[in-house]
Amino acid sequence: MRAPDTILPLRAERLGFSAGGIAILSDVSITIDAGAPTLILGPNGAGKSVLLRLLHGLLLPSAGRVVWAAQGHAARRQAMVFQRPVLLRRSVLANALYPLKLAGVAASERQDRARAALDMVGLAALADRPARRLSGGERQRLALARAAALAPEVLFLDEPSASLDPAATGAVEEIVRRLAARGTKIVMTTHDLGQARRLAGEVVFVHRGRVLERTPADAFVTHPATPEAAAFLRGELVW
Amino acid sequence: MTDLGGAAKTAMHLLASADPAMVRIVLLSLRVSFSALLIAALVGLPLGALLAVARFPGRGAILTVLNALMGLPPVVAGLLIYLLLSRSGPLGQFGLLFTPSAMIVAQAVLIAPILAALSWQVLDGLWEEYAEQLQSFGAGPARAVPTLLWDGRFALLTVLLAGFGRAAAEVGAVIIVGGNIDGYTRVMTTAIALATSEGDLPLALGLGMVLMAIVLVVNGLAQALRHVAARAGA
Repeated sequence: MRAPDTILPLRAERLGFSAGGIAILSDVSITIDAGAPTLILGPNGAGKSVLLRLLHGLLLPSAGRVVWAAQGHAARRQAMVFQRPVLLRRSVLANALYPLKLAGVAASERQDRARAALDMVGLAALADRPARRLSGGERQRLALARAAALAPEVLFLDEPSASLDPAATGAVEEIVRRLAARGTKIVMTTHDLGQARRLAGEVVFVHRGRVLERTPADAFVTHPATPEAAAFLRGELVW
Repeated sequence: MTDLGGAAKTAMHLLASADPAMVRIVLLSLRVSFSALLIAALVGLPLGALLAVARFPGRGAILTVLNALMGLPPVVAGLLIYLLLSRSGPLGQFGLLFTPSAMIVAQAVLIAPILAALSWQVLDGLWEEYAEQLQSFGAGPARAVPTLLWDGRFALLTVLLAGFGRAAAEVGAVIIVGGNIDGYTRVMTTAIALATSEGDLPLALGLGMVLMAIVLVVNGLAQALRHVAARAGA
């Protein structure tokens, strides 16, 4: 079977997810196309992270389904970076090499790809350090490098800068922009409106487990279609 | 108190003169217990990791049995191996009874459940941290088990120590399957038991001090290794 050119678009069809009898997401239908970053925006507890995990396949939906254009090839062509990155108890370089080995990349190629990815996030000089010794910002950059080394077509990012200071957040955003410019489709959650405006091509607004809007970022900011989005834009607590 | 003072003197004398009989006993003890540790680790550590990583029918039952076997009395382990290896037993044809090999098997059987149960406890916590990330990387149990064993290597050192301590200290299993034959299957614990029953308290106490010293040195080395690892941030 020849590998298809793209695994996109990704379609969520009437997705629902409940845990312990409590509905966390219900009736979510969205399409994610290739192109500029998709920012999943909403207040804390809206269900953004669960939606991302459903799309990435870490959680199985209680209702509906997730459909990729090239279903059989999707798993290998996507990666995810978590809010609190889990780094292996190994060197920085070994962390970048690990997923490449799992993905079956030839040993001769792994070193080059891992080092290039570390270089891209500015961690090349720390390659031999124990990963657990890195600062919070450096950890997240390593997690990004690890995912970028895989050269995924789609990269899911779950609030990658939620626990970082402004400088580290800026570094993370710069890396995200660079990956997007390289053609990686970014799907990222955030509760930070400013971050969504800086990065988004389009905004998916999630509120209380439902997707209320999917609009180009500019239009979302100037003409929110729902009162909830308008309230969120005004900085009012909408949960 | 004269016994204690005399024992200390005897122990020092035995150590200083490197008494050949004692050296042989010490070396056999180390060979038996380290071989048993190696065999038990090859089975117990991967089993512990697998129990941490995988969810399958019967997993709960295995954990219950392993936890129960942690308290397996050495004499019972020895008796079971004795029955298996005795001339009329299912493995009698190999003629292993009353050999160092039988003692290795008995100690391995004794400590394998301990290594499995303790490594499960250590790696279960690590897996809780790693599970989602490794799943995202597409790692199934076959890849996750070696990853956990490697990343948990310093915590597992403590598990191995516990296993070694149990093996080196037990007397019930090796005396049943080894027979405490002088110069062939006599190890420190069985020699201590025999010397005590014969009233040779100085020799018994002297050997006991050597045994303690070995356990202390092994523990010290492991702790130093963990300290180095902690400083390296692993």
